[in-house]
Amino acid sequence: MTTATTVTSTPTTGAPKPTTMAAALNRALRDALTEDPAVHVLGEDVGTLGGVFRITDGLAAEFGDQRCLDTPLAEAGILGAAVGMAMYGLRPVVEMQFDAFAYPAFEQVVSHVAKMRNRTGGRLPLPLTIRIPYGGGIGGVEHHSDSSEIYYMATPGLHVVTPATVADAYGLLRAAIASDDPVVLMEPKRLYWSKADWSPENPEPVEPLGRAVVRRPGRSATLLTYGPSLPVCLEAAEAAVAEGWDLEVVDLRSLVPFDDETVAASVRRTGRAVVVHEAQGFAGPGGEIAARVTERCFHHLEAPVLRVTGFDIPFPPPMLERHHLPGVDRILDAVARLQWEAER
Amino acid sequence: MTVVEHQGQTDAPRPAPPPHWRPRTDPVPLLPDAEPYRLLGVAAAPAKPGARRTKASAKKSPAAAADPALLRRLYAELVRGRRYNAQATALTRQGRLAVYPSTTGQEAAEIAAALVLQDQDWLFPSYRDTLAVVARGVDPLETLTLLRGDKHTGYDPHATRVAPLSTPLATHLPHAVGLAHAARLRGDDVVALAMCGDGGTSEGDFHEALNFAAVWQAPVVFLVQNNGYAISVPLDKQTAAPSLAHKAVGYGMPGRLVDGNDVLALHEVLGEAVLRARTGGGPTLVEAVTYRLDAHTNADDATRYREAEEVEVWRAHDPVRLLERELLALGILDEDAIDAERERAEEFAAGLRARLNADADPHPEELFAHVYATPTPHLAEQAEQLRAEREAEAEGAAHDDAATHDDERESGR
Repeated sequence: MTTATTVTSTPTTGAPKPTTMAAALNRALRDALTEDPAVHVLGEDVGTLGGVFRITDGLAAEFGDQRCLDTPLAEAGILGAAVGMAMYGLRPVVEMQFDAFAYPAFEQVVSHVAKMRNRTGGRLPLPLTIRIPYGGGIGGVEHHSDSSEIYYMATPGLHVVTPATVADAYGLLRAAIASDDPVVLMEPKRLYWSKADWSPENPEPVEPLGRAVVRRPGRSATLLTYGPSLPVCLEAAEAAVAEGWDLEVVDLRSLVPFDDETVAASVRRTGRAVVVHEAQGFAGPGGEIAARVTERCFHHLEAPVLRVTGFDIPFPPPMLERHHLPGVDRILDAVARLQWEAER
Repeated sequence: MTVVEHQGQTDAPRPAPPPHWRPRTDPVPLLPDAEPYRLLGVAAAPAKPGARRTKASAKKSPAAAADPALLRRLYAELVRGRRYNAQATALTRQGRLAVYPSTTGQEAAEIAAALVLQDQDWLFPSYRDTLAVVARGVDPLETLTLLRGDKHTGYDPHATRVAPLSTPLATHLPHAVGLAHAARLRGDDVVALAMCGDGGTSEGDFHEALNFAAVWQAPVVFLVQNNGYAISVPLDKQTAAPSLAHKAVGYGMPGRLVDGNDVLALHEVLGEAVLRARTGGGPTLVEAVTYRLDAHTNADDATRYREAEEVEVWRAHDPVRLLERELLALGILDEDAIDAERERAEEFAAGLRARLNADADPHPEELFAHVYATPTPHLAEQAEQLRAEREAEAEGAAHDDAATHDDERESGR
């Protein structure tokens, strides 16, 4: 019933133009709705309002209020209903309004979304996409800035991906919707309005989920990062040039599946690695990533794999968030601790 | 600060309420009956031993107006269901099932739920509802794989239109709503019937499912089997509502209160609810007031939380005996027919027993086969690790066997 669909884009003459990540996500939803009548978007305020971040802007007007459906305000109900819709052959795309508002649906995610294929011996796959705007940096009040990716990463049966660029926002969302498995798409909300030159009429081919990409080649050390921390790492890498460090920056893009090959190849080249993310450090994603890197690259490492993360605190009030979020200086301080003396 | 004087019962004009603050639905038609709806009466046995109801009094019974073929079918399913419960419980004692949550005493609700559905409809059972799944026609061996421990869900949900038995409480109810909604979007004539217990009505997913179903007017029937206890906690510690059926009103759907041991009343009420859903009338909440004669599962000691006298009162209102008594009085059944039905149930149980006594052999490769459509590289590595472990284990066992043979030779045996 649910076969893998190949995502294709129709090349037209569209020239690259400055486009926001929000617009690329909107375009991805529009293209998916156009190409496959099984795709349905549902969530709180996604219809008339177009979503609080306007990611679903105009979809209800274009595709009707059933293809882009305003639901009652109840996250478990939304996701639970999406499970039933997927059981009947639809491809629901659920918007969870904010990271911390998705928690009421967590039981549905863990007990049903992630397990339905497994529980039924492969007979009931759930091709559904859960979009979660996540992370801080937009001055949100509490419960609006959580980095909750580790909860989903810790749940077998889910794919967890997070774009950091405009092109990836389009590509990963299209790939998520096309996937026959549930995908949690963590959308870095502080990058929603970041712009890049992009051809909405001629989007790049969509890669399969599970591939990391080297955003900046370098020789001295590897910064392993994703989502909202990618631009920070790229900035840090530029700043590091003045210190004589040539940093490689790897954008993980997909946390599950994890691209061990790309990551290990990079760290073996550079011999040093720092994992950078907004989520807490203790029991955070970086712990798992550092362990995997160490297991694969131990004999190539010149220093322990370090982590630069948010503090182990509940997300702070907006006036303090700049102290919490990993910035360029904290990344450079970590790079400085990578036992350079061994080489000098 | 101004002081507002209370006007009391004066004719002083009141401000008109804002236009949206009117109730949109008259709640009265949504309210359940004060007493559970029943057709078969309350006494499962005649007042005096050996006494029969007269045919004259039986003819006045609503059962007299029912289709005799349906009555015989219901009776056969009840007898088979009672035997199935006993057999499954016995199999837990033999270690063939890890656990079995019995529906002895609740067979009527299980059977009626399955029989009111058409082929294309979907059933969403909870972990206690294996009997409804069997009555729907699913291979009983496949319905028991979860409880036996060899597979989570043995049957094919698409082929049977039965969702997996849900162990978390009430979380499958929103699935029923979503599926029914999707079917209607596709223009398909599909009703979803979702089952939960009295304890499940306290869960958030229960409320969200009912609300979604009512707002979407989804073709769903919610059946709550109120068997008096959520494991050990009695209903009055579970809810302060007048009845569980009353909860429907708050969502804007009809609530029906029905005798859960009266299979004929259940068949009628659930049948009406399914028809309402099928014809665009939206969802219904049905509360079946029943009783679990056995413990919560074989692992539970029911004597810790309820008196034997209470169980006896409900035993006198036994769903199988209730219908049997009626059908005997109507002449639809006689003692021979009853014996024949029990014999058929016995054969059914023997067949099930034989099949469950055969050793299940789940394959370890299944561990990785159905986590994702394609195993992640990480899982592929782990599958390879397990394969190597098993190979080494098999080689070790072969080596041990050979060593044993050598020992035997050396010792001259």
